[in-house]
Amino acid sequence: MNPFQNRKYIIAGIFILVVLIYIARLFFLQVVDQSYKMSASNNVLRYVTEYPSRGHIYDRNGELLVYNEIAYDLLVIPNQLEAFDTVKFCEFLGLSKEQVEKRLIKAKKYSRFKASVFEKQISIESFAPFQEWLYTFKGFFVETRTLRKYNYPIAAHLLGYVGEVSEQKTNKDDYYKSGDYIGVSGVENSYEEVLRGKKGVEIFMVDVHNRIKGRYKEGRYDTAAVHGDDIKLTIDAELQKYGEFLMQNKIGSIVALEPSTGEILALVSSPSYNPELLVGRERGDNYKILEADTLKPMFNRPLMARYPPGSTFKLVQALVGQSENIIWPNTRFHCFYGYTVGNFHMGCHYHMDELNLEQSIQHSCNAWYANAFRSFLDHPKYGGIYNSYNIWRDKVTSFGFGKKLDVDLPHEVNGYIPTLNYYDRVYGEGRLRSLNIVSLAIGQGELLITPVQMANMAAAIANRGYYYTPHVIKELPERYNERQLPYLVKRYTDIDSVYFNHVVEGMYLAVHGGPGSTSTGTLIPGLDVCGKTGTAENPHGKDHSIFVAFAPKNNPKIALSVYVENGGYGATWAVPIARLMMEKYFNDSIQYKWIEDRIVNANLLNAKENK
Amino acid sequence: MQRRTNSILNNLDWLTVGIYFILVIMGWFNIYSAVLIEDQHETFSMATRYGKQLIWVGASVVILIIALIIDSKFYSSFAAIIYASIIFLLLAVLLVGTEINGATSWIVIGPIRLQPAEFSKVATALALAKFLGRHNFKPTEFKTFIGFSLIAFFPVVLILAQNDTGSALVFFIFLLVYFREGMPSIYLIVGLLAGVLFLLSLILPTYTIIMLIEAFALISLYILRRNRRELLVAFIPLVVLTVILWIGFSYLLPDTSKTISVVLAPVILSFWYIVKIYKHKIKHGYFILAVLFASISFTYSVDYVFDNVLGAHQQLRIKVLLGLESDPYGAGYNVNQSMIAIGSGGPAGKGYLQGTQTKFKFVPEQSTDFIFCTVGEEWGFLGTTVVLLLFLALLIRLVFLAERQKSKFSRIYGYGVACIFFFHVAINVGMTIGLAPVIGIPLPFFSYGGSSLWAFTLLLFIFLKLDANRDQLIT
Repeated sequence: MNPFQNRKYIIAGIFILVVLIYIARLFFLQVVDQSYKMSASNNVLRYVTEYPSRGHIYDRNGELLVYNEIAYDLLVIPNQLEAFDTVKFCEFLGLSKEQVEKRLIKAKKYSRFKASVFEKQISIESFAPFQEWLYTFKGFFVETRTLRKYNYPIAAHLLGYVGEVSEQKTNKDDYYKSGDYIGVSGVENSYEEVLRGKKGVEIFMVDVHNRIKGRYKEGRYDTAAVHGDDIKLTIDAELQKYGEFLMQNKIGSIVALEPSTGEILALVSSPSYNPELLVGRERGDNYKILEADTLKPMFNRPLMARYPPGSTFKLVQALVGQSENIIWPNTRFHCFYGYTVGNFHMGCHYHMDELNLEQSIQHSCNAWYANAFRSFLDHPKYGGIYNSYNIWRDKVTSFGFGKKLDVDLPHEVNGYIPTLNYYDRVYGEGRLRSLNIVSLAIGQGELLITPVQMANMAAAIANRGYYYTPHVIKELPERYNERQLPYLVKRYTDIDSVYFNHVVEGMYLAVHGGPGSTSTGTLIPGLDVCGKTGTAENPHGKDHSIFVAFAPKNNPKIALSVYVENGGYGATWAVPIARLMMEKYFNDSIQYKWIEDRIVNANLLNAKENK
Repeated sequence: MQRRTNSILNNLDWLTVGIYFILVIMGWFNIYSAVLIEDQHETFSMATRYGKQLIWVGASVVILIIALIIDSKFYSSFAAIIYASIIFLLLAVLLVGTEINGATSWIVIGPIRLQPAEFSKVATALALAKFLGRHNFKPTEFKTFIGFSLIAFFPVVLILAQNDTGSALVFFIFLLVYFREGMPSIYLIVGLLAGVLFLLSLILPTYTIIMLIEAFALISLYILRRNRRELLVAFIPLVVLTVILWIGFSYLLPDTSKTISVVLAPVILSFWYIVKIYKHKIKHGYFILAVLFASISFTYSVDYVFDNVLGAHQQLRIKVLLGLESDPYGAGYNVNQSMIAIGSGGPAGKGYLQGTQTKFKFVPEQSTDFIFCTVGEEWGFLGTTVVLLLFLALLIRLVFLAERQKSKFSRIYGYGVACIFFFHVAINVGMTIGLAPVIGIPLPFFSYGGSSLWAFTLLLFIFLKLDANRDQLIT
């Protein structure tokens, strides 16, 4: 027999071994590893997104504020490029030859076969002459997008802007793909889900050269883009426009609310900018300019700025004191140019002595409130300041201070009402004395309040004890009704409505009480305006001028807060601005044109230094 | 005549014939899918590749009938002449051949284009069967090895000259046939060692490999001799001299000092080693020394061969296969797309004619070298396993048939057939799943192409004819 016959087993063994290894490998490739399926569909499927146009934005009277305009993204597929007239091409797009070359190299680097964006958001005007030549630029094609368009150059902070979605967001939210647009700030951001609509997609199959070979499964999985829904805001475009007109060349804000609903009528942040600046191709450049501006035009002051409330806070003090039976309408405190205890002195301006509660508001007496606040904190019934302060703090925060109101706009801040923990850290544990914090009585010290919180306080007083969360949304499509629910809830302060009458009376007297009253500048014939001035001490420069008001006294229609940074006394700038706003709102005409002229012509942008 | 036909039909191995037809039919349907373009859905055209392949399948039937009719003695008697004719054709191709896809391997006669390289496998298998099947055959003689090498590798040179590396490599599988017939194991070990050293030399720096070889030689010495003193006598001077040389050369030739010192040290010491071996009559000593120097010189020359003999694209393909370079859009593109196609097939496939990788031409050479992708994508793991098992069944059946031959000629030829099929299947399928280098050889019965289908048919049915007549003595 053949001595090597057993070698047949070795040979057959090699055959079997190789086939088994291959089958194992195939099992891994085809059954275990799922990544190849992804790669295969990445190869063959092209998802062409159809972008929806965003919903329109209207004001409370149905005036169109924001709409859309068609724009074009120019895309390029490098391997389909042919020689073209670069001079003409550059001219159309306003690019230099080097820029064009650089972008082409970038596109080639990304992929020779896949489309990449060459130029974004070409406006319809720039595109029109380009369109008829487009066919000569082989390899280039356009995709339709929309750009925001504004009827008035107002309410930039409120409306917000639309920008490219961040990588963070695309990682978190599957709806967004890199290169999509999203509402970045303002209403565009807070109502993004309503406004954005729904992207459509067409799925094509392509071959190895990226040539479209047909619809995937006959278009069974294609979807059409759905327009975004329109929304109606509570903003009164006329009032907003006028507020911005008045606030020109001034730093500050105006917040006007409807007390009976919490609807925001105007939300002015100054300095502002034209919302058109943050649209389209120039957005990036303009954004950089705006952000570098030392006056911070991008800063949404009504929601983000925090100031000490100054004398306007006396209204809250009067209410809290009454509700705790510390002070009464006829409570009188002595004042001789201020409040003096030992070495401590808090100044006060001249006014008649021994004021009652209403008069204390009318004349804004500091000593009265210093006395009232210390009587409260040190009242024996509380058993010490550590109890009385907490009661005081709870009642104060019930006005919406010290926390976000949850306005339906992004980036709102908390404000600050100090806690006992804070004072323990400052003065040592258990060592707080009422004299340490007596400046809280007149709205100074560590208190920080935003303009919108201040306006909300005015609304709560106007309503005699409750408020609705301020908001800008008036009407949403029905399926979003839930989003409006928080704004339909009456939110009560911890102060019984009976205590409000004397405070309201004091505010009325401040306007109508004749000489010596603080806010006579808002005396408008035929309108019972109630108001309170404030002057916030500003460690960085001249005092801020503050005014809160509502009108009319009974059944109020408007409540507002006006801040003018570095404007000095409340009566100097904030009061006349509030007067003009109310005149505009109620009468749509201005009684004394000279007041308007004085305000409009005032430039307080550099007022900081001249203290 | 009638009786003879009957005896062939009765004695024919119908199992193999069945597997052959199943594979050919499966092959044709896959080619149909691979070349089908959407807009040609309706009309069935003979001008397309699947149309032509159908004609060639028809012609194969004619060829297999002829192969069965021809007297089995003809194959053994004319083996040498057939071999000589093929050599002549290979030479002719070099002179008058037509270049297609970078390989000058085609003879064009009217409408027929033939690749003599495909048929040279049949001829070489016959010639080797004749040579190794001689009565006075002594497998261990060096003369036999030389004779085998001349017959098996002469076509290799000619096919390499045609720039058809893939087909040339096939002939190395005849070593397996020789192995069955008694090739000394040492040749296989040397071949294996050479392969390992070749791969290592591409991955590691030369001096590292040479140090490994030296360590291996010392370990072998100890294992064979079990003598610690001898090991130290060999080991210590080697290390000391290497270090001295390395320090010395690091000033003179800083770039190559490491390589030079590891090579020079054993060379210088070899005289001393020879004296020692002679004096103490150390068994295996010369052998270890010889292997050591052979390995060192082989490794040293691999770099030269790799850089100067292989073409740039072959270097790249080998490097990509070894994972030394990743190049998904260049040399690795085919394999990457091929693996995507096969991997995306999943357990049961996307369905016949539904493969997106196939339909939209992501895999190049889909109907020829990469036809296995279509199987993988459209029929899934189920399909690939069935195809591989069918091939395995064919191979095992061929081994079984070869072993039952009475004549050595028939047996050796049978092994030749099995080994050629094995090499084609292993390399072709291995290449599509990233386990073998990209060597362009067809998958038997599946790849598009008349020459290969005819050659494989001829190869197989000559053996089936020999098997049908296995009772006769064929020499």
